[in-house]
Amino acid sequence: MKFDIEMLLKSDARIVASTFVGISLLFIIVAMILGLDFNGTVNTIQRIMFLSAVYAMVVLALNLQWGYAGMFNIGVAGFMLSGVYTMAIITGDPNGIIPGLGLPIPIGIIGGVLVASLLGLLISIPTLKLKADYLAIVTIGFAEIIRYAANALTFKTFSIAGVEMGTGAGRGIHLPMNPIRNLYYTDPSNLGLGKTVFGQYVFGFFEIIQVQSSVVVSWTYAIVLIFVVGLFYLIIYRIGNSPFGRVLKAIREDEIVANALGKNTDIYKMKVFAIGCGLMGLAGILWQGSYGYTNPTTFQPILTFYIFIALIIGGSGSNTGSIIGGVVFASLLFEGPNFIRRVIMHVFKFDKAPNSIIEAIIPISSFDLGPFVAYSLANISSLRVVFLGLVLVYIIQNRPEGLLGYRKELAASIDISRRPGAEVKRGKRHE
Amino acid sequence: MSSSGAKKKQKGGKNSAKKYPLKVEKIGKRFGGLSAVDGVSFSVEEGSITGLIGPNGAGKSTTFDLITGITNPDTGVIKFNGEDITGKKPYQIANIGLVRTFQITRELKDMTVMENVMLAPKNQIGQQLSNVLLSKLRRKVKDQEEELLEKAWETLDTFHLDKLANEYAGNLSGGQRKLLEMARVMMMDPSMILLDEPMAGVNPTLKKQIITLIKKLSKNGYTFLLVEHDMDVVMNHCDPIIVMHNGEVMLEGTPSEISTNERVIDAYLGGS
Repeated sequence: MKFDIEMLLKSDARIVASTFVGISLLFIIVAMILGLDFNGTVNTIQRIMFLSAVYAMVVLALNLQWGYAGMFNIGVAGFMLSGVYTMAIITGDPNGIIPGLGLPIPIGIIGGVLVASLLGLLISIPTLKLKADYLAIVTIGFAEIIRYAANALTFKTFSIAGVEMGTGAGRGIHLPMNPIRNLYYTDPSNLGLGKTVFGQYVFGFFEIIQVQSSVVVSWTYAIVLIFVVGLFYLIIYRIGNSPFGRVLKAIREDEIVANALGKNTDIYKMKVFAIGCGLMGLAGILWQGSYGYTNPTTFQPILTFYIFIALIIGGSGSNTGSIIGGVVFASLLFEGPNFIRRVIMHVFKFDKAPNSIIEAIIPISSFDLGPFVAYSLANISSLRVVFLGLVLVYIIQNRPEGLLGYRKELAASIDISRRPGAEVKRGKRHE
Repeated sequence: MSSSGAKKKQKGGKNSAKKYPLKVEKIGKRFGGLSAVDGVSFSVEEGSITGLIGPNGAGKSTTFDLITGITNPDTGVIKFNGEDITGKKPYQIANIGLVRTFQITRELKDMTVMENVMLAPKNQIGQQLSNVLLSKLRRKVKDQEEELLEKAWETLDTFHLDKLANEYAGNLSGGQRKLLEMARVMMMDPSMILLDEPMAGVNPTLKKQIITLIKKLSKNGYTFLLVEHDMDVVMNHCDPIIVMHNGEVMLEGTPSEISTNERVIDAYLGGS
C-alpha cells in the first residue's frame, strides 16, 4: 500500500495519536541532546503528557461554551479554582491546621464538579440576556472575586453550622494524597512501609529498565488523565454532534434566529454553561490533585488566556482541534521555551548569565553576543509571553480558523452531508 | 377597519364560514417618543396570501416583530388560532405554527445549508441532553435524524437548494438566502408563515420561482402574510392587501381597490 499523508490524517484518532507520538519523539530528541538518562527521559515525557492532558481537558470544556455556543467565558480559572478548593475543603483533615470535612476523595471530586457547575449556572442566569462582551466582563469579574476570596484572611478558617473549615488564604490549601499511590503502596503516607503486590510487580519490571518508582507513579497518573481526556471528548462530541449541538451553533451564529425557529435558547445556554464549568472544575481537580497542594496564585487570569490561546491554535469549534491545541500549547509553547533554554545552555556551554540587562547589552559593542543571549535565555519564562503574543498574532492573521477549524464538522448525530439512496443516481450523473 | 372586517364576514357568509387564524386587535408600540405601531387591527384569512404594504417607516416590520414576539406590544391583543399569544416568547409562538423570515436575511452563515434546515424541526428528541449523552437513547435520536434528513432533502429539492446542501450558508447569494430562510421555516411544519420582503434583492428568475412556491404552498392550505415593496408581485398575487401608513392601517381591500385608491397613491408619493 502506498503511504499517503492524506490517509494518515483522515481519522481524528490518528491525528491525535500522531500528535502525541510526534511531540514525544521531539522531547526524546531534546532529552538525548541534554544527555538525560533513560529515567530522566521518561520523566520528561511524563511531564509533557500530564500538562498536555490537563490543557486538552480544559480546552475541550471551553470549546463547548465558546466554540459551539459562542459564550465568551473568560472566568475559566475561577471555575477551576472553585472545583479544586471545594474538593480540598470536603476532603481535608478535620483536625488539620486548615480543617476540612474529612470526607472521601470521590465525594470531594463530585462535590467540586457540582459546585463549579452550580456556580456556572448561577452566573449564567443573570447574564443570559447579555451580549458576548458583557458576559466576558461578568465572568472575569467572578473569577477574580473567587480568587480574592480564596486569598482573603477572612476565609482562612471559618465555620458553617459549627463545622470548621477554611481556604488557608494566601498560603494555600492541602489536597488529598494522590490516590494513585494506593495502587502501589500499602500506606501511601509512608512509602517506606511497603508496596502492594501490584506495586512490587510493576516497580520490579521498571527497575530492570532503570525507571524509578516515583516516575512510574506519575506516569500512571498521566495515563489516567489521558483516559479522562477521552471521556471529555466523548461527552462533548456527543453533545456537539447532535440536534442539541445544532441549536448551540445557531445560538453562536444568531440567537434571534434560533429563537424564531422555536428553540428556547436561554435553557440551552444555561445547560451548556453549567456543564462546561463543571468540566473545568474537574480538570482543575485532576491537575492540582497531583501536586497535593494548591494556592490562589495558580488561578490568575493569565491561566484563562492560556486556555483561550490553546483553543484558538487548535481551532475553535473543533473537538479534535481542541485536543491538538491543548497538546501543542502545553508542550511546545508552555514547556518548550524552557527546554530551548536548557538545550542552548547545554550545547553552547554559556557562562553564568549576567544579572542585569545593562551587563548583557554592553558586551554587544565589542561584538560579544554571548552575555546577551545568556541573559535572554535566563529570562525565557518572561519572553514566553512575548512569544505567545507573536504566535497569536501570526495565527489570527494567517490561519484565524486554527489548525483544524477549516473542517466542516457537522452538528448532527448522523452524517447529514450524504443523500440517502442517492449514491447510485449521483454515480450515473457523472457518466 | 371594522368596516372591512364586516365586509369580510359578509363575503364569508356566501361560501362556507371562513377562518381567520391570525387576529391582531388594536396593537400599539412606542419606541421612546415615536409611535411605531398605533392601534393596528387586522385579520388574516386561512389559506390566503395577504399582502402588507406601505411606505418605509409605516410600521410593517415592527408589526411583524410584535406578532412573532421579537418585541412585545404596549397595547392590544394578538390571537393565533384563538389562542392569545400577546407577550409570548418567539420560540413559543414558532412552536405553535406561526413562523417568520427576516427582512435582512439571517442565515446561520458558518453552518451548512443542511445544518440550517435540520435545525428547524420541532420536537427533536436529540435536543434533550440525556438523549444525546446516553448510549441507549442515542439510537432513537439517530433514527429521528434519518427521518429528518430525508424530509430535509425533499425540502431542499422544493426550494432548489439541493445542490448547495453542503455549502456554508454564508456563501449563498442574496436570493438563495431568501430561499434558505423559507426552506428553514417550512421544516417547522407551520400553519402560517410571515415573510418580510421575500423578493428584495432577488433576480427575476428566482422571483418567479419564489412566487410559484408561495402559490403552491397556499393552495396546500398554508397561510401567508407578506410584507413586500415589489408592487407587481403584491398586486398580482396577494389578496387581500393591507395598507399601513404612519403606524396605522389605512385601508384593506382587493388589489383593484387598493391600486385605484387615492389615499394610497398619496401615501406612496409622499402626499398627506
